[in-house]
Amino acid sequence: MQFALLVYESPEAFAARNSDGTDPYTGAWRAYHKALVESGAYLAGDPLEVPETETTVRLKEGRRRVQDGPFADTKEQLGGFIIMDLPSIDAALDWAARCPAAALGAVEVRPLAPESKRRITG
Amino acid sequence: MNGSGQEGIHREIERVARESYGRLVAYLSSHTRDVASAEDALSNALVAALTTWPRDGVPQNPEAWLLTTARHSLIDVVRHQQVAAASEPTLLLLREEPKEATLSAEFPDERLKLLFVCAHPAIDPAMHTPLMLQSVLGLDAVRIAHAFLVSPTTMGQRLVRAKTKIRDGGIQFEVPQERELPQRLDAVLEAIYAAFGIGWDEMAGVDQRGQDLAEEAIWLGRVLLQLLPREAEVRGLVALMLHCEARRPTRRGPDGRYIPLLEQDSQQWSLPLIEEAERHLAEAASRGRNGRFQLEAAIQSVHAERARSGRTEWAAIKLFYEQLISISPTLGTRTGYAAAVGAASGPEAGMAVLDGIDLDDVSNYQPYWAVRAHLLKRLGKASEAAHAFDRAIGLAEDPAVRRFLLQRRG
Repeated sequence: MQFALLVYESPEAFAARNSDGTDPYTGAWRAYHKALVESGAYLAGDPLEVPETETTVRLKEGRRRVQDGPFADTKEQLGGFIIMDLPSIDAALDWAARCPAAALGAVEVRPLAPESKRRITG
Repeated sequence: MNGSGQEGIHREIERVARESYGRLVAYLSSHTRDVASAEDALSNALVAALTTWPRDGVPQNPEAWLLTTARHSLIDVVRHQQVAAASEPTLLLLREEPKEATLSAEFPDERLKLLFVCAHPAIDPAMHTPLMLQSVLGLDAVRIAHAFLVSPTTMGQRLVRAKTKIRDGGIQFEVPQERELPQRLDAVLEAIYAAFGIGWDEMAGVDQRGQDLAEEAIWLGRVLLQLLPREAEVRGLVALMLHCEARRPTRRGPDGRYIPLLEQDSQQWSLPLIEEAERHLAEAASRGRNGRFQLEAAIQSVHAERARSGRTEWAAIKLFYEQLISISPTLGTRTGYAAAVGAASGPEAGMAVLDGIDLDDVSNYQPYWAVRAHLLKRLGKASEAAHAFDRAIGLAEDPAVRRFLLQRRG
């Protein structure tokens, strides 16, 4: 069963990206990634650029509404995602709890929806 | 009634609820096997107490009052389920002995049966601990879910399913026969230790919920000891939990920093708890039947000895681990043994023990990588150590442990 971990990070966590890489947060991520890959459950994942780089687009009455910045104005912003293949939701929750962002922000766990994908891709 | 008097009564209700919950649920469900209905009935009785007691005063025997009220409510609950045929025997049972409960403060303590029901082999082992926490201690599903890292809805559903199985699945409310007692008792002990382990390993120091759960587990252990005073392993489990509890304040620095056992200030350990643990362990040993929890407690007892002697007898710890492996060769035991061998006979010997463990079994097991990293570092194998540290850091859930390992990794 495949799960997505959606990683929500605090401003401090985003700020750590500008460090020289020796800070504990980056160090924890490096170790977490290694443990993920070596467990065999890791399928894909990537960090996203900082929220300030985001642009939100909506179509209202046929016209483009383009907004600078993220849709939701909350403290924690989506900072990246990880896709994993795991036997159960419990295993996914374990990995979410180990994620360095869980202590500073939040990690959302959602199963992927292969049935919905098949309906679209045929 | 003024505000503070009201508050006093609310505290009294809370106290009675806390002390009597398990006894009342156990007694109410022992005839009907319907734990969920017993809990509902007891909640109704507690709500009734909240309105009646401030008006009429706290009854002379609050527990008997709750039992009588809950029993009436239970009759209503069962009636409302509208499964008349199936419920008829239950109603008969409930009507049979109303006088006894109304008149007498004494009613049989059925908590032991309830504990055995909660840890019945027909029930999903993962639910043994949550069921005990709810039905014997009265913890709500939200708190239990929090501790077990699942959503409250999921935990609520699982608890309901388990209780339905108890009611409809033919699980008997009884203490197992002498012959099957040891095996069934193991499941009860495991479930209590699991609650303590969650409170201890993963959450303690990170937030309050871990400490609460560890305290609830010790409470459950004491209840069990009260009910089965002659079982050596029950004493072993209580001794083990008390030894660990004695060190709680020294596990973190004032800044929240993680402090490993060997670097803790042993003078700060709680002597009364250590002494109580030692008494239980001695009493257990006098029964001449060794077991897993007594051995684990004995290992902790050697560590506790450092408070007196200033040193750790690793040879003794290694010996206890050898006995432990012969009866319980779990991943945790084997990893602990490797650490003890490493300390007693040098890092090469410790590594040899670790290398005997199948790598497939440890891809998600954090302590293995932490011990491995430590031994490799002592052997001066820097790059291999760094790799093991990374695995240990990546698998750690407690941010303080993560920081500690990051520092050690260098």
